Amino acid sequence: MALDTNALAYSGRALDAAQQAETVRRWGWWFQAEWRLRSMKAYWTSVVGSALLTPLLYVVAMGIGLGSLVDANAGGIGGVTYLTFVAPGLLVSTVVMSGTNELSYPVMGGFKWQRLYYARATTAASPQQVALGELLAVFIRLLAEALVFYVVLVVMGAVRPGWSLLMVPVAGLAGMAFGAPLGAYAATIENEGPEFALIQRFVVMPMFLFAGTFFPLASMPVYLQWLGWISPMWHGTQLARAVGFGMPLTGAEVLGHLAFLVVLTTVGVWLAMRTFVKRLGR
Amino acid sequence: MPVIEASQLTKTYGELRAVDEISFAVSPGESFGLLGPNGAGKSTTMRMIGGTTLRTSGTLRVNGLDPEVHGPEVRASLGVVPQQDNLDTELRARDNLIMYGRYFGLPYSYLRPRADELLEFAQLTEKADEKVDNLSGGMKRRLTIARALVNEPRILLLDEPTTGLDPQARHILWDRLFRLKEQGVTLIVTTHFMDEAEQLCDRLIVMDNGRIVAEGSPADLIRQYSTREVLEVRFGSDRNVALVERLRGFADRIEPLPDRVLLYTEDGEGALEAVRRDGLEPVTSLVRRSSLEDVFLRLTGRSLVD
Repeated sequence: MALDTNALAYSGRALDAAQQAETVRRWGWWFQAEWRLRSMKAYWTSVVGSALLTPLLYVVAMGIGLGSLVDANAGGIGGVTYLTFVAPGLLVSTVVMSGTNELSYPVMGGFKWQRLYYARATTAASPQQVALGELLAVFIRLLAEALVFYVVLVVMGAVRPGWSLLMVPVAGLAGMAFGAPLGAYAATIENEGPEFALIQRFVVMPMFLFAGTFFPLASMPVYLQWLGWISPMWHGTQLARAVGFGMPLTGAEVLGHLAFLVVLTTVGVWLAMRTFVKRLGR
Repeated sequence: MPVIEASQLTKTYGELRAVDEISFAVSPGESFGLLGPNGAGKSTTMRMIGGTTLRTSGTLRVNGLDPEVHGPEVRASLGVVPQQDNLDTELRARDNLIMYGRYFGLPYSYLRPRADELLEFAQLTEKADEKVDNLSGGMKRRLTIARALVNEPRILLLDEPTTGLDPQARHILWDRLFRLKEQGVTLIVTTHFMDEAEQLCDRLIVMDNGRIVAEGSPADLIRQYSTREVLEVRFGSDRNVALVERLRGFADRIEPLPDRVLLYTEDGEGALEAVRRDGLEPVTSLVRRSSLEDVFLRLTGRSLVD
């Protein structure tokens, strides 16, 4: 087929600039998310694969291995088996860690290596939409991972189906409560330094180990409990336990946990939009 | 009405005046160049036109709109080819075009055939399903240009379109740009290659340190700031400067460079003969027509390419 190069520049089939702009003003945030989701297709199998395999390994090691010890010696935790207790925490912490991965190096790389954000900023979209789309795509990816993880937990008998499904959005929210502020920070990094490795070692790991994932926060000395209080992982895990196996929480506690996660996410999204505007507008 | 109109346009970064009160206007269908060395403020000017970099002061209108107020409208009418390729290397060539088009709110039913059209235009049809990582530098550049055309813009901004490409790849790319120009696309090109500016631009501004130092068509600028011909002579690096005074009488103007001496004259061959009659025998000599490089040297006292 010979190409009519005379008609190439304007085929007349595209929306005109004003129509493009109008569509993008309204839906640009979604178009941005769409691309990131599509790029994730490159490693989609590893996302799903690890969402299947991680709970499997955890349940065998923690639930059946460690759990048999805890259940035999202490009769479970708070009236439920150790597996039941630990499953919501594993779900939430795994999703928070995935959020950490998606919003650290990839965000810095979007400015520094592939420079994809600069490409997106030259389209009709605004820098705010670029930031929003990025976060939204990661949120969707976290929800998908949480859902697969949840199904495995149900199949393995670690969670009873029903209202426990709410663990999925809770985990996604916890992931963004940590991920969105992290993404905002990642967008300010000019050159690759030790930042993310330090965050992984001194923020994420302690959060994972000391935020009540493996044992109730109350069993730690009071002077260490603040580690849990400031951690999105703990707030998410507490909520996930409440919906997962009915761990008793007062209404105020539920609201407190929820508010903590929502505020952190909102501040993170706002900061990310601000840093994207600043960096892309230089 | 000009499609782009800048007046006293300024961008400062702290103390640095990257773009310093420049004014220019570009007519529809014109091919307009910004020529200058690295750091002259060309790329900053380009980014301000797209409204991605915010100006410090001055006014700027694209199709009559302020890019900072009507960013989406302005950018929807522009195609941007940035200095550094920023293709999605994880995606195939075709998907790069389609996804970029999605950012403009264009539907897949339009984008799929459009992507194939553009791949053919960019001579990349066989590479449509290759990942971008597997493309050569010239192919990536052509893909970036194809990408910029996906929303059918009337204005194409090209920031250093052929930097880093080999001569053959450059000529293929220039040929594609000519075709666009023939179809009435307004081209705004920054370059530090004078041959590129002479090839592509109807009119250009010469920039240095954020300021405009000259404006006109390549031929006008050469006529105005240089002589018809240039005689380049080399006497060996230690003797070049020493002989400047002795050579001065043989040309209208003389420009000593570290590796050679340039003699500006209407008649290069005649000047060379005169030099030889005077008993000077250059190691090598070359007579050529004046170029924009000479204009830049005259205006700033420096070469364009370091």
